[in-house]
Amino acid sequence: MTAAITVTGLTRRYRGKLTLDHVSVGIEEGAVTGLLGRNGAGKTTLMRIIAGQEFASAGSVQVFGASPAENDRILRRMAFVREDQAYPDFKVGDALRAASWFYPNWSGELADSLMTDFALPRNRAVKKLSRGMRSALGIVIGLAARAEVTMLDEPYAGLDAVATQLFYDRLLADYAEHPRTILLSTHQVDEAAGLLERVVVMDQGRVVLDAAADDLRGAATRVSGPALAVAEFTAERQVWDRRRMGSQESAVVVGPLDGTDRRPARNPRLTLEPVSLQELVRYVGTRPAQDTRQRTIA
Amino acid sequence: MAGLGEGAPLFAQVAERLSAEIADGGLAEGERVPSSNELAAYYRINPATAAKGIGVLTDEGLLEKRRGIGMFVAAGARRRLLEQRRRQFTERYVEPMVTEAARLGVDTEELVELIREARHTREGATA
Repeated sequence: MTAAITVTGLTRRYRGKLTLDHVSVGIEEGAVTGLLGRNGAGKTTLMRIIAGQEFASAGSVQVFGASPAENDRILRRMAFVREDQAYPDFKVGDALRAASWFYPNWSGELADSLMTDFALPRNRAVKKLSRGMRSALGIVIGLAARAEVTMLDEPYAGLDAVATQLFYDRLLADYAEHPRTILLSTHQVDEAAGLLERVVVMDQGRVVLDAAADDLRGAATRVSGPALAVAEFTAERQVWDRRRMGSQESAVVVGPLDGTDRRPARNPRLTLEPVSLQELVRYVGTRPAQDTRQRTIA
Repeated sequence: MAGLGEGAPLFAQVAERLSAEIADGGLAEGERVPSSNELAAYYRINPATAAKGIGVLTDEGLLEKRRGIGMFVAAGARRRLLEQRRRQFTERYVEPMVTEAARLGVDTEELVELIREARHTREGATA
């Protein structure tokens, strides 16, 4: 793997609290990586430091081999779309023009078609846009920049389901034609799941999982049925979430199942269901504090 | 991820879907297979994942590349896939059926009779 972004031992202290705790991670060049985890896990802080908008207390960030902080040459190769993006006293059209001057790979054609897709008014002041429209403007700029590194932090806030799907479809289509490094933070893992090649999960300022998305599919299975049969199936396996109701039991088994495990004939009374990427992220992202070391599950 | 599930790697599911289409004759031998970008847009998945799925079938010799035009279904692909499915038939269909029959107290004679009936109905319907 060639890393477009290399983060080493990155630590950020804020008011005596560690918002980033020795984070080391490489973001693969040309791939779509999902940055996942609960609110306050450190995702936005990590992206802000990568984008040169905040400084680390310790550790380093390299983008294409150089530090992005106050480095105009590197910053022009990066687009960062964030939920709370502030714009000067601009109209929408002004914001687009400013972006077109800043980003060397800017596509006016793509910007125009996205403006139509999201029905954004060029003459309205950015301040007067609704939350969803402001998100849409961020998306237009972030995609039309065609920056070699594109970071999107919860980019769809305030967008309805139709517009969110539109965002993912346009992102996918343009990425297919113009591959680039994309780092996307999101809560809505299910909607992004198909797009992600890699998944980095953060919890309490640390990276708790860094894996290929496809390796995680089938990496955990929910087994349910009569408690005795579940107990027999789960014996000597790692189990995450066991719950019981009367004689029925359900448990999430970690680790891929082999063909024999899956044969219905072997366990006729057990139901086996795959655990979705969304659920998997929830399990790894909500461990007790002493247990948040990097986990190997695939 | 339109139409794909969570239980297996997406690239493997793409390969499985293409195999099923070839086996069913939906994609004929010598016909062009959708490109990785076409598959990506249809399934809403990453183009690299779609390309990996195509790669699985190429490695098995079921698809072949024609330079500059795209990927095509190789000669003999359908026959090979049907043979493969026949080998999986017992595990996928016969064993679960026999197990369920045992749970319900359906004996072998009855089971065979049920299969005969189902086959009869089906042939009647398609005749």
